[in-house]
Amino acid sequence: MKKILSKPESLKDTVLSYCPGCGHGIIHRLVTECIDELGVREKTIAVAPVGCAVFAYEYFNFDVTEAPHGRPPAVATGIKRTNPDKFVFTYQGDGDIAAIGMAETIHAANRGENITTIFVNNANYGMTGGQMAPTTLIGQITETTPFGRNPEREGYPIKLCELLSTLEGTAYLERVAIYNPQNIMKAKKAIKKAFQCQIDRKGFSLVEIISNCPVDWGMTPLDSIKWVEETFIKSFPLGTVKDKTNT
Amino acid sequence: MTKKLIKGNIALCEGAITAGLKSYFGYPITPQNEIPAYLSKRMVELGRVFIQAESEIAAASMVLGAAITGARAMTSSSSPGISLKQEAISYMSGMQVPALIVNVQRGGPGLGNISSSQSDYFQAVKGGGHGDYKIIVLAPNSAQEMYETAYDAFDLAEKYRTPVMILTDGIIGQMMEPIEFNRIEKKEFTEKEWILNGSKGREPRSIKSLLMKDGVLEKHNVKLQEKYKLISENEVKYESYMLEDAEIIIIAYGISSRIARSAVKLARKNGIKAGLLRPKTLWPFPSEIINSLAKPNVKFLSIELSHGQMVEDVKLAVNGKSEVGFLGKAGGGLVTEQEILKKIQSQILGGSSGA
Ligand SMILES: Cc1ncc(C[n+]2csc(CCOP(=O)(O)OP(=O)(O)O)c2C)c(N)n1
Ligand code: SF4
Ligand SMILES: [Mg+2]
Repeated sequence: MKKILSKPESLKDTVLSYCPGCGHGIIHRLVTECIDELGVREKTIAVAPVGCAVFAYEYFNFDVTEAPHGRPPAVATGIKRTNPDKFVFTYQGDGDIAAIGMAETIHAANRGENITTIFVNNANYGMTGGQMAPTTLIGQITETTPFGRNPEREGYPIKLCELLSTLEGTAYLERVAIYNPQNIMKAKKAIKKAFQCQIDRKGFSLVEIISNCPVDWGMTPLDSIKWVEETFIKSFPLGTVKDKTNT
Repeated sequence: MTKKLIKGNIALCEGAITAGLKSYFGYPITPQNEIPAYLSKRMVELGRVFIQAESEIAAASMVLGAAITGARAMTSSSSPGISLKQEAISYMSGMQVPALIVNVQRGGPGLGNISSSQSDYFQAVKGGGHGDYKIIVLAPNSAQEMYETAYDAFDLAEKYRTPVMILTDGIIGQMMEPIEFNRIEKKEFTEKEWILNGSKGREPRSIKSLLMKDGVLEKHNVKLQEKYKLISENEVKYESYMLEDAEIIIIAYGISSRIARSAVKLARKNGIKAGLLRPKTLWPFPSEIINSLAKPNVKFLSIELSHGQMVEDVKLAVNGKSEVGFLGKAGGGLVTEQEILKKIQSQILGGSSGA
């Protein structure tokens, strides 16, 4: 008999400690399903960020290392260059990847490191209590932008995929969301494609996932879904930003 | 064995390569530029990994990444760059990851200058980054020792699962000296049961320093301290020169120890019973031997290219049993034999500590 729904082998059988309505849970599920389907679990070495997903090693049923805040692309570079036959991906938040770790991100991408990055954009620093992130929207209120993000004071939200798309080393860049089933399906397809890109040794791939952080946004999970659909993705248009995988 | 004339920095590279260095990550800074320049060719020719990173922060994190997979990995830099590597060094200490970090010291603070210096002693031996940790610090004083120390460093690092630093300076690094390649190429490495290499046929592993559960970090710290105690008991290395009848014992490492050795000879010619104790490991520090040599009729003199860092450890070791003097300068030239002799004479005659 065919099993319709079961826990991916790559996901441990533990209760996730994320807040109710948090996007990390869904993203963990999609990532681990893809790892299973591609059959790379036993050669995976993942790099966890400093951020809400720091505990990824509690949930991922494959080898996972910690990295200093923002340094996952450098740590992954060290792993992958030394072990080109392993499957290596980083899992990072917006603060990790685009603030403290921007140099590491750009240079790993520019070197065309054959790694994959799962970038969870939740428009704030979830772990530390909801401060402004590089991706915080104009006007968005956070713990450190109590009057709303003002570009004159705080600059503009960074669109990382677009920024990286100018670099020759990047092979596949896509922005997806997970606020409804249709988008969740698309997100999974993108993650799988990004992973495949690495398996095919095509270079740096990154999937930016617009995610929910209802607790730090001060919203109910339902309101947070509405905000993603009506506001968040207006500033961060979904879709493929770059795709060199067919060339 | 035939000898070859090479720079200390190159000797160090060859020692690391012979020990099985698999991955090197660096960033340019004088006076260690010979290292990345040389390895950019050698490592690639050998089919190993060389990356010029975007910063020292990144280079050190790349080392972390390579090392958690069980490979022998290293980075090198000079003082300002070593400050940036402290983040990863602290993480590797907490995560218990073996690696080699080389500091070819220059003058500080800040951008300082590129003159030979020993003013990063505190940073190297007292931890250097955040948290309660120590790393093994080795202090070669010749091209030959640069070669041998780099070779041995990886075994030490793996034995204790800890970062190891070679603390050297611009002169030792750039001086040409004849060296003998007296180490055998390492090809077999012991299986490590903690590394991340994909979870094929075993339970998945993780390597981390974040230990949030009640009491876990406290226990981890106790475990680290036990390891440090073991290292202190087993890994102290020093060289002694004319200590038997010495009334004044110079403590000096690296380039200073070379000058100090000549100064000891000079002092002996002038009828002064001088000797030299040269720490080859700065952490663990040879405190026990120093303490056993300390007596009321013996004086100590710490000579450093700093304004007095190691001298604090000498005083701790001596524990009040002898007078401890200091001579040093930083950010400029070297201490000369004549200056040392003058200092010895005044210390012998004057009796004042002069520190
Ligand atoms: C060097 C350093 N600076 C600051 C912190 C505190 N810190 C922990 S997580 C974090 C931000 C995480 O935000 P993000 O990357 O967006 O991840 P999220 O929690 O939103 O998923 C910060 C600033 C730290 N751990 N280390
Ligand atoms: S703070 Fe936000 S990102 Fe973090 S677990 Fe809670 S909802 Fe998720
Ligand atoms: Mg975030």
